[in-house]
Amino acid sequence: MTTETLIGQEVKRVEDQALITGRGQYVDDLRLPGLLHLALVRSPYGHAKINRIDVSAAANAPGVVSVFTGADLAEQLGSLPAGWVLIPEQTGGDPMATPEHPPLAVEKVRYVGDAVAAVVASSPAAASDAVALVDVDYEPLPAVTDAEAATQEGAPEIHEGVANNKSFDWTVAAGDYDAAAAEADVVVKERIVNQRLIPNPMEPRGIMADYNAGTEQLTIWTSTQIPHLVRLLFALVTGHPEHKVRVIAPDVGGGFGCKLYLYAEEVIVGIIAKQLEKPVKWIESRTENYVATTHGRDHIADAEICGTKDGVVTGLKVHVYANLGGYLSTFAPAIPTILFGLMLGGCYKFENLSCTVAGVFTNTTPVDAYRGAGRPEATYVVERMIERYAHEIGRDVLGVRRRNFIRPFRRGHDMPIGVTYDSGNYQGALAAALDKFDYQAFRQEQRNARREGRLLGVGFSTYIEICGMAPSAVAGALGAGAGLWESSTVRVHPTGTVTVFTGTSPHGQGHETTLSQITSSRIGIPMENIEVVHGDTERHQFGTGTFGSRSLAVGGQALMMSLDKVIEKAKQIAAHEMGVDAKQVVFENGTFYVEDIQEREIPWGDVALGAYHAKNLPDGLEPGLEAVSFFDPQNFTWPFGTHIAVIEIDEMTGETSLVRYVAIDDVGNVINPMIVDGMVHGGIAQGVGQALQESAVYSDDGQLLTGSMMDYAVPTAEDFPSFETGRTVTPTSVNSLGAKGAGETGTIAASPAVVNAAVDALKHLGVSHLNMPLSPEKMWRTIQEAKEAQRARRSAAAKRGN
Amino acid sequence: MNVDVTITINGTEHRLQVPPRTLLSQLLRDELDLTGTHVGCDTSSCGACTVLVDGNATKSCTMFAAQADGCSVTTVEGLASNGELHPIQEAFREKHGLQCGFCTPGMMITAVQILERNPSPSEEEIRSGLRGNLCRCTGYHNIVAAVQHAAAISGGD
Repeated sequence: MTTETLIGQEVKRVEDQALITGRGQYVDDLRLPGLLHLALVRSPYGHAKINRIDVSAAANAPGVVSVFTGADLAEQLGSLPAGWVLIPEQTGGDPMATPEHPPLAVEKVRYVGDAVAAVVASSPAAASDAVALVDVDYEPLPAVTDAEAATQEGAPEIHEGVANNKSFDWTVAAGDYDAAAAEADVVVKERIVNQRLIPNPMEPRGIMADYNAGTEQLTIWTSTQIPHLVRLLFALVTGHPEHKVRVIAPDVGGGFGCKLYLYAEEVIVGIIAKQLEKPVKWIESRTENYVATTHGRDHIADAEICGTKDGVVTGLKVHVYANLGGYLSTFAPAIPTILFGLMLGGCYKFENLSCTVAGVFTNTTPVDAYRGAGRPEATYVVERMIERYAHEIGRDVLGVRRRNFIRPFRRGHDMPIGVTYDSGNYQGALAAALDKFDYQAFRQEQRNARREGRLLGVGFSTYIEICGMAPSAVAGALGAGAGLWESSTVRVHPTGTVTVFTGTSPHGQGHETTLSQITSSRIGIPMENIEVVHGDTERHQFGTGTFGSRSLAVGGQALMMSLDKVIEKAKQIAAHEMGVDAKQVVFENGTFYVEDIQEREIPWGDVALGAYHAKNLPDGLEPGLEAVSFFDPQNFTWPFGTHIAVIEIDEMTGETSLVRYVAIDDVGNVINPMIVDGMVHGGIAQGVGQALQESAVYSDDGQLLTGSMMDYAVPTAEDFPSFETGRTVTPTSVNSLGAKGAGETGTIAASPAVVNAAVDALKHLGVSHLNMPLSPEKMWRTIQEAKEAQRARRSAAAKRGN
Repeated sequence: MNVDVTITINGTEHRLQVPPRTLLSQLLRDELDLTGTHVGCDTSSCGACTVLVDGNATKSCTMFAAQADGCSVTTVEGLASNGELHPIQEAFREKHGLQCGFCTPGMMITAVQILERNPSPSEEEIRSGLRGNLCRCTGYHNIVAAVQHAAAISGGD
């Protein structure tokens, strides 16, 4: 049987059997004898001084085992770290502010949801009942939730000594924007708000910890994307030795970036389990998740684009107020800077770029990566501004794009901003999208619809993204506190079956299937003889995890290296057995043979057994058949594509509906198209959700007004049509698989496509920009105001005519 | 003071005594260890906990266990029979209707009801029927395809 064909095949997922029969094992499904339950007392104020905490009533409540405040555990809990500290060269010479982040607040609370005490009880109900009995004397302080307002004089000081609440002012530039703008025919300015979002993985976070006082071994089960980094950071923060901590990510019910950090609760639950020498579990409620788990986006961008009147863009300038929330989450500083500023060239030949980002503390839930993480914000600015500019000069949005596209390239393209794109064919992706979508026919349909009183619009997004996180030396030079390589182990068992260990940590991406496909194809054994293990720091050596569309581009390549190593060793064993030189041995479809001597062939399983039986190994060759590899790429990968959204606006109600969505993505080579399509669908839904309905809203004093699933509009099946997806294939040379990464394309591309479509639908009324979400009320008001303005213009013109 | 609950789950009768505040979802998960029924919210919004109660798709976090006294409940663990997957389970696998899997049990139970009420629903009817169940991974695209596939392999059009 040939298995080579599994690469590129729609292989059904090996993960599914457990998940469709109710046998998944998420953290809340795990049980231990004597398990205690932990609930947290959280601040109801956006900003307040803690005068006193009285836990006596709670401590005496039925079922309560213990109550801990931050003061009780200050030394053991430490301070949560900023995992990415921007370099002074990019922050105007000043080191960025990295204030303390105690897992349990001691002196002050800085956002609604900041934890102040932990109650441990015999049941979840007893714990949550007792939370209500903890008496905290708060002294409310003035709060600020808007990032721009927080930088103004007189704003409340959130962290002592952090002037203007700014953690940093980060700068990156290419060419000379101001000179380009001075020479330009046209300069267009727009304030572009990228609203705050709540990630909403369907499984909220959950943590269970167990401590063995005899061995000092602490085991933490947590719903995370980065078990190895959680272990490292836990050890650094608490002082509990790293080799005595085991972190396990069991089945994880979605992440989208918000399970990518060391969280306060991981430290709290782990340390309290150690303190009590009892297993302890904390399960986040959804309402708690909305305030205690990181949010995403929240940029206020002032953008400027300049160019000639016939469509050559010469520069882009952006200043951003990036809301960081009350504290720095683990990767927060990198998201609105590195992953935003370095993306502002898009797929265009802009020579002159200027980007400044103020990272601002506010009295809100910390903001960190949410699917796309910086790249959706950058793409939104670039793709919105290019259409804004095209409208301004009266040119077609596609013509302007084509005029400014970088020409197709396969071996690297240096960008003025200092990064090198790996490979790209932006014209090709646009052409493929237009094969599915008849642009001229749509324009006709749009005119006809308008005559019938229907408002139709089309929007494009010719996006690019930065994926395959990533070269450790580059990330480290830019401030990353950890390497971003990936590891793998391939362990061949004596019977020839294989266990693959990966440092990636999937939570829906189907790595067990994809990595099995690769292994099966390379070795030539069926997928059922392969097991993929992930998410357990005791079973696999240090790895990085799953985020930034890196698992295949980095983790997949680490697997390829280990496969090559075991195959190379197996060839030596087979050659020795056959009495030939290893160079003569061919390995194909699970069989070793020598060209032209067909009768001399040895199956994979026999070589595996021979490696362990070790009775006839070449001199000096160690027994066993196993390899470990660490892959650190030389560059990021740069997927791209063209997405097209068609929307219809109901003029009477303002209701804005997505009626058609075409996505052409180029993620390089694809191992499993079914899985890639699935990720693209989900990403599109999140991007469209942002454009049309999602928004996390705070009151000025720091209350989260969209504080439950009743208030925050997570999209439902009724909100979307089926999507039309397709691909072009421009492989990368950054890894031998040619794969670029596919986890975030949809989220990055979709929101500008939808908003561009809405502006297109209202352009004839004089509308040039809309801020997300495009809620019915906002759209209705926009239409009314635009028509009113239009009537006023006509009447003024008529008067002038008289 | 506990209350008596007699309840048939996936064909087996259970007699239990539980605190009155126990939700049906808690009874399933904590008393009977049927952890396939997931809890994804606290506002009856997400539908991950959906089970069939006397044949009706019901959010089990929104019902006291005591209210289910005398009822017959089907959970995800009861969908397959005699080692054979239910057509909706087959369809979710075949059409890649799940990624992280957390919403999947509730989503499949709701889909079972959609198809019981209408063996050959339109795409619009499927989307409308699924609106009480949230998924963040799939954009619903392949869930809709899975329900259509289940309809086809079950004999609907």
